[in-house]
Amino acid sequence: MKWSELFTSSVGKKWIMGLTGIFLVLFLIVHVGLNACIFAMDGGVMFNKAAHFMGSNAVPRILEIGLFAGILLHIVQGWSLELSNRAARKKGYAIPMGNKGSKWYSRSMGLLGTLLFLFLVMHIAHFWVPSRITGLDPVLIDGKEFHNLYGEMLQLFQGNLLVVILYVLGCFALAWHLLHGFQSAFRTLGLTNNRYLILVEGAGALFSILVPLVFALMPISMYMGWIK
Amino acid sequence: MLDSKIPAGPLDQKWTDYKGHCKLVNPANKRKLEVIVVGTGLAGASAAASLGELGYQVKAFCFQDSPRRAHSIAAQGGINAAKNYQNDGDSVFRLFYDTIKGGDYRAREANVHRLAEVSVNIIDQCVAQGVPFAREYGGLLNNRSFGGTQVKRTFYAAGQTGQQLLIGAYQALERQVALGKVKMYTRHEMLDVVVIDGKARGIICRNLITGELERHFGHAVLLCTGGYGNVFYLSTNAMGSNVTAAWKAHKKGAYFANPCFTQIHPTCIPVSGDHQSKLTLMSESLRNDGRIWVPAKLGDKRAANDIPEEERDYFLERRYPAFGNLVPRDVASRAAKERCDAGYGVGTTGQAVYLDFKFNLINKYGKAEANKLGIQNPDTATLIRLGKEVVKEEYGNLFDMYEKITGENPYEVPMRIYPAVHYTMGGLWVDYELMTSVKGLYALGEANFSDHGANRLGASALMQGLADGYFVIPYTIGNYLADEIATKPIPTEHPAFAEAEQKVADRINTLLSIKGNQTVESFHKRLGRIMWEQCGMARSEQGLKKAIEDIRQLKKEFWSDVRIPGQVNEMNPELDKAGRVADFIELGELMCLDALDRKESCGGHFREESQTEEGEALRDDQQYAYVAAWGYQSDSQWQLNKEPLLFDVAKPSQRSYK
Amino acid sequence: MQHYNMNLTLKVWRQKNAADKGHFETYPVKNISSEMSFLEMIDVLNEQLIKEGKEPIAFDHDCREGICGMCSMYINGRPHGPWQHNTTCQLHMRAYQDGDTIVVEPWRANAFPVVKDLMVDRSAFDRIIQAGGYISVNTGNAVDANATPIEKDKADDAFAAAACIGCGACVAACKNSSAMLFVGAKVSHLALLPQGSPERKSRAVNMVAQMDKEGFGACTNTGACEAVCPKGISIENIARLNREYMMAGLTEDK
Repeated sequence: MKWSELFTSSVGKKWIMGLTGIFLVLFLIVHVGLNACIFAMDGGVMFNKAAHFMGSNAVPRILEIGLFAGILLHIVQGWSLELSNRAARKKGYAIPMGNKGSKWYSRSMGLLGTLLFLFLVMHIAHFWVPSRITGLDPVLIDGKEFHNLYGEMLQLFQGNLLVVILYVLGCFALAWHLLHGFQSAFRTLGLTNNRYLILVEGAGALFSILVPLVFALMPISMYMGWIK
Repeated sequence: MLDSKIPAGPLDQKWTDYKGHCKLVNPANKRKLEVIVVGTGLAGASAAASLGELGYQVKAFCFQDSPRRAHSIAAQGGINAAKNYQNDGDSVFRLFYDTIKGGDYRAREANVHRLAEVSVNIIDQCVAQGVPFAREYGGLLNNRSFGGTQVKRTFYAAGQTGQQLLIGAYQALERQVALGKVKMYTRHEMLDVVVIDGKARGIICRNLITGELERHFGHAVLLCTGGYGNVFYLSTNAMGSNVTAAWKAHKKGAYFANPCFTQIHPTCIPVSGDHQSKLTLMSESLRNDGRIWVPAKLGDKRAANDIPEEERDYFLERRYPAFGNLVPRDVASRAAKERCDAGYGVGTTGQAVYLDFKFNLINKYGKAEANKLGIQNPDTATLIRLGKEVVKEEYGNLFDMYEKITGENPYEVPMRIYPAVHYTMGGLWVDYELMTSVKGLYALGEANFSDHGANRLGASALMQGLADGYFVIPYTIGNYLADEIATKPIPTEHPAFAEAEQKVADRINTLLSIKGNQTVESFHKRLGRIMWEQCGMARSEQGLKKAIEDIRQLKKEFWSDVRIPGQVNEMNPELDKAGRVADFIELGELMCLDALDRKESCGGHFREESQTEEGEALRDDQQYAYVAAWGYQSDSQWQLNKEPLLFDVAKPSQRSYK
Repeated sequence: MQHYNMNLTLKVWRQKNAADKGHFETYPVKNISSEMSFLEMIDVLNEQLIKEGKEPIAFDHDCREGICGMCSMYINGRPHGPWQHNTTCQLHMRAYQDGDTIVVEPWRANAFPVVKDLMVDRSAFDRIIQAGGYISVNTGNAVDANATPIEKDKADDAFAAAACIGCGACVAACKNSSAMLFVGAKVSHLALLPQGSPERKSRAVNMVAQMDKEGFGACTNTGACEAVCPKGISIENIARLNREYMMAGLTEDK
């Protein structure tokens, strides 16, 4: 077996999807953890400090490059798989199978992934671009100057219903994507058997609901004025 | 003259001696020799794989879309082998003796002994191939018992033993295909044997997708084409199982032996109506745990579960106390027919008896499980629950199949079963080397007649198919091919090929040109009815004579009024079927002729004129201890050749299972 | 069981040969007994078509007891029809009611081209087996069958995987036309047994390579294959194949 086959064979391609998928799941844990700092009700002090650490420390900055590479690989590989999989059946059925045997979101990973990609473009434009490129307003905390990412969030979500709805929809797409993707990644990597199956599926379901829920609460809370 | 070429010497040394003295072909010459294998079931796939491994150039043919579809796959219960892993007194001799006795002393001793000898190698070979036989918790192989024997020597894989063995042989075959030693032709049907200077040198076959006729040369031709039970229309055989290849060989000079020896299997799902296209077997292994009964009172229409114990007639246990429900198939079938004919049958048609698992489910498995779990005085519900789990593991797939077909749950209500045509012991006559009466033409597995006499014991068909393919033909074919190493491949432009192909083409064109009014299927059904009624479980001189007349009439009608749609140069399943049914009609006549000739009863062949006072089959060893090998002469004309059967070791006695 | 008769409307895919474009045709069928099998119902229709001077519907079938794997048919949007763990030949008409319309299509996948009507060419499966779906042991050199004890659970799992009948319903059901359940079942069957372990690595790698070459899609774990598999082959076998494949890829010597 050539090394290249590890990346070009159908199983190899899926392994890349699985590995990058799990890497992105790990990123989500960090992301949701940091962002949850807004619920500290301290006017964003803890959150801005955390964001500052992520933006200034070398380790997260290096990891960030890996993150972008991972996302890119996940997207490109995903689309490539979607296309070749669709092409494997040129003539389709008159009566589609529908939900007889599989869940709609399992069959719609390409679509959900594409929606997430669109969401990501918006999301990067909202937060990553200002904090890394165009710059953010400064805020003084304990006499030190920090970027006011918290303020940026408040500004975006307060009174902007459309954006809040888009973010909540993005969280839904994420939830469905994860609901299939989490356990699927484990299967693809061969990390399940009957003994661990319940564990993986349970953890997957919990994660897929909990993480997007917490994310969705952020714009909602700010919009509703629960946090200021 | 029939020369069965049985080696001299004591019975248990014949095969060893043969192997020690037969001619060999050296590896360099094997590469130059081409062998054609028709049929890829257990016998064909194992032969093709083994010959490929030896270095011969093999061409294998099957009419299905893949060799893995062959009907060997449907065998359920198991495969016998004289391993004596159970320490219950089994031995090669016992297996030999049981098989000869079970076959009602109408099989050749030497062949059967060889079969028993190689049976142990088969299990070794299959396990090495990865066949997942059932195992004990200690990791060693498990066995179950089967009808007609008193030891546990049957190896099994749930109710799918045939499938697992066939997949093993199929994989071995595909491996040779990958190595370039076997060339596989799927969706190809053999339509004639080409004989040149008295030797089989090739075949004519039809590519079923394009309709083209093809010529293929071989230094030898192996027919591994299974049995002809479908002559009865309704049987447990697959829809495609047919006699055509064997019949073409027969018409080219191969004798057809004991054609009337048909096995009617006692436990099949009964016919439900006119639409029925095939019958489904419920493995004989079910008789280990199922008890067969009918109501003791005539006209008792109560539901099975409402009939109390004392009003049930466990007729097999009553008539055959020693073997009970495990009597051989022919005996069990006739007993069921006797009860139904007497009016005790159950179900809407009255043509069925009960196969009831409740007793053993509760008393055997339920109690054993309760003991294991240390449950004191378990109630019936608990016993049923515990028993069900065990029964499920043993026979789950069979129970599911029964429920799918009938809509009834056999865990709750007894199965209804009735005998059905299952296997044909008759077939092409072969000598000890499995060669037919045409030189270089071999018949293996169910296609030959050799090992089961007048009745086959359960779990022996798989054994014979694999014995022939893995362990017999690799030796015996060398003994023939050693003299053929100088024969160059004959170009298929040879006049004999052209002539054979022309005949095949003419016949196909004739069939298509009839353009009559009746479908092939309707003829097949009518043939089946004649055969079942007159040449089925009970046969009489009067009935057989009538059947022969009816069949001749049917044949005339077929050739003047059959309607076959479609064209010759395309996929045309109706045309394929028409050719097969035409051959079945001719075979049916020969079967009746053979049954008429054999005035005794033996095994599956029951002549009403020849029975004991108790209604058991009555053999006549004085006059009929022979193999009836019929030579084809012309339309409806056969010549009977008799191969006397000599029993040096297993002396014939009246079979008794009481 | 209560029996009843029914009249049905059948919409069947008709295609003369591989080159033909194909189309649906509608046929009424009358007086079908609930005790018939689905294929027996098609038999009735075919007899009717022949009598009317039309071409009967070509379909693959052989054993009619659910084990040979020859029958196919995608019935009302599901391979092998509505019943769980079932083949078309074992589907019985009591699954339908009077007046029902039944749409019958062939398996659809590039790797399974239509031969005629409802028949498809599944020889790709044979070629996948040729790529390594066996244990290389020549006849005659086997050791005693009980020389190697095999843990019962392992043997049972191997059997469960080996129960695959090669019908192709998994491919027909999969939105990607993936053959991973078929390949996973064979790789699992042989990998679970000690006899299969010498060729374990090359088997997984070569069978996957052949599967890709045949034009089957990749697995996205939707589970549709498992849901329609007549033998209930578990998709756990796919996870095992993935594991075997990567282990082979990462630990091969060459």
